[in-house]
Amino acid sequence: MNNENARRVISVVVVNEASVLSRVTDLFSGRGYNITSLTVAPIPDTEYSRLTIVTSGSVRVMEQITKQLNKLIPVLRVYEHEDMVEKEMAMVKFPITENLSDINALCEAYNGKIVNVGDNVVITMVADEPKRIDNYLNAIKRYNPKEIVRSGAVALER
Amino acid sequence: MQISGAQMVIEALIAEGVDTVFGYPGGAIMNVYDEIYKQDKFQHILTRHEQAAVHAAEGYSKASGKVGVAMITSGPGFTNAVTGLADAYMDSIPLVVISGQVPMSLIGTDAFQEIDAVGISRSCTKHNYLVTDAADLPRILKEAFYIAASGRPGPVHVDIPKDVTAQIAEFDYSKPVHLETYKPHTKGNPRQIKKAIEAIANAKRPLFYLGGGVINANAAYEVRDLVHKTGIPAVETFMARGTLSYDDDLLVGMLGMHGSYAANMAASETDLIISLGARFDDRVTGKLSEFAKNAGVVHVDIDPASISKLVHADYPIVGDVKNVVNEMLAMVDKIDAGKYESWRETIHNFNELHPLTYHEDSDRLKPQWVIERVGQLIGDDANISTDVGQHQMWTAQFYPFTRPRQFISSGGLGTMGFGFPAAMGVKAADKERVSVNFTGDGSILMNCQELMTAVEKKLPVINIILNNNFLGMVRQWQTLFYDKRHSETDLSVQPDFVKLAEAFGGIGYRVRTKEEFDAALKDAVEKNVVAFIEVIVERFENVLPMVPAGGSLFNMMLLEKKESK
Repeated sequence: MNNENARRVISVVVVNEASVLSRVTDLFSGRGYNITSLTVAPIPDTEYSRLTIVTSGSVRVMEQITKQLNKLIPVLRVYEHEDMVEKEMAMVKFPITENLSDINALCEAYNGKIVNVGDNVVITMVADEPKRIDNYLNAIKRYNPKEIVRSGAVALER
Repeated sequence: MQISGAQMVIEALIAEGVDTVFGYPGGAIMNVYDEIYKQDKFQHILTRHEQAAVHAAEGYSKASGKVGVAMITSGPGFTNAVTGLADAYMDSIPLVVISGQVPMSLIGTDAFQEIDAVGISRSCTKHNYLVTDAADLPRILKEAFYIAASGRPGPVHVDIPKDVTAQIAEFDYSKPVHLETYKPHTKGNPRQIKKAIEAIANAKRPLFYLGGGVINANAAYEVRDLVHKTGIPAVETFMARGTLSYDDDLLVGMLGMHGSYAANMAASETDLIISLGARFDDRVTGKLSEFAKNAGVVHVDIDPASISKLVHADYPIVGDVKNVVNEMLAMVDKIDAGKYESWRETIHNFNELHPLTYHEDSDRLKPQWVIERVGQLIGDDANISTDVGQHQMWTAQFYPFTRPRQFISSGGLGTMGFGFPAAMGVKAADKERVSVNFTGDGSILMNCQELMTAVEKKLPVINIILNNNFLGMVRQWQTLFYDKRHSETDLSVQPDFVKLAEAFGGIGYRVRTKEEFDAALKDAVEKNVVAFIEVIVERFENVLPMVPAGGSLFNMMLLEKKESK
């Protein structure tokens, strides 16, 4: 965790209200830090939402950012994940003319399957650790993927 | 009770005990101004620029310790106020700034005088709100005052669309503020405090490093007590001036870029720096890796984000300085004041070696003399504001401050044009004392329109313009670091400051000698009217000592030694 620009995953629990997302992301952009991925969704049966932010940066700046996050009025909690279960989803559109059984087998290896079949394309969905999603997206290159979308990671501390 | 949004603003201000609002009306805030017209519970001071309204509210807040309130309209009214918001944010000044906004139905249409105000103020306020329903107004305004004043104080901006100020809704201001996500830590961890006390007792050369947080927390008198009972010398930051009285034996002086030799050397030689409400700003520490290099660090701050931000804290204590200092006072018998005698002696010798002084070696008056002279003539009876530049540093160095909240200046943001409006706010808060603004020939022209406000509202600020026909501080840097290329800093072309003051109904003086200065100041104080005292001072005087930016505190450019003062 001590190397500069290491990958970091931060979860932030915030009051579900207008402008809270800007407040959070401003702390990154104001320091010239890029956000690799960001997911937001309401936490069921509460007035809160949970953000999962994947970014990279030095320990010192990250410490500053998490302290500043804690300082924001609508922030309830900040988790700097160290020991976590992390998952991400990816959907890919393939031409229907590709080898569908190969594609399906690959998807299964990454906790996924074909989820939609149209006249010209099929859509697959996989859900796995971000690193493994990278591997999957590498592996499917030969099947001429037409469109790829990643969800960004979500994480829970063990 | 069912009332309009505009009436709610008035009722909330009254409920908060607000007695003075600084502001400037305009289209989007007119409903609220209509209600201001109808009430007589608080005064409204019409400044002549929105930036000045916010600075005046800052001055009012700094002098009184209360939340300052400013009111402005949408668009340019708001953007003019942004500098004030940023200034208050940097110096942790509690403000509630209320702006009008175009009606909800027009937001996002590039309507006349529309700007995304909360988008702009987000990064320069402690918190902000766009009110979309009048029913939310009582809660939001109550939260705004609470957030501004609690924890580490700061400005809160409330943006209210015009139609919301016309909406009728239920007003109930009695509900307590409930913010599940905002609970400032005010009580320091007792175990950490105990450890800090042990570290202090074990230290050989401990040093109190006092910051503006001490004044914000109204803890100056407790800190004086702690300093005296422990016998530990103290240095003050610019923002903390007045925490200890200038004649306190244990006050080493101000540290930092223009700190005294003794203060900077003490900070370099200490083995335990006890930071109370200070934030290790770059203008204070100089080169960070060399700052208090061999010292342990006790860091007391209300804001966890300030602790270990720049310097690692060995004894971090999150809490209100007043609470923590009171806890420390209860354990003070563990500390033997006699133990630090040789350390005090060392610091005394630093001071003997290079005292904070200046030479009277010019035909013209020296700016430092003017500041010292005001101290001799008015001293404790004056509240002192400044603008930004050389005069500001000389004021911090040479004015004999005797109490907290006596010195009001823009420290963090360094806003030229702050001084005059702030001094009006100070006068509005403290009618008894003389409100003096030390300013320069550069700074005073930013917000000199406030002569009109001060004359109209009878806020007799005495502006002492130390005129060297230069943007002096930039000129000093150009002289020292840019091979004397005085790029765009020569202000030889100037208005007639005497006539300028007179044009607004104030009184103007131009002085060149000590006698003239004494007479002018005496006259201005007696007449009790808004004054410009233009003092023609030595053009090329530098602020010394000086730690060049990025240099170590112990490497100071010092005043050359001469026999005469």
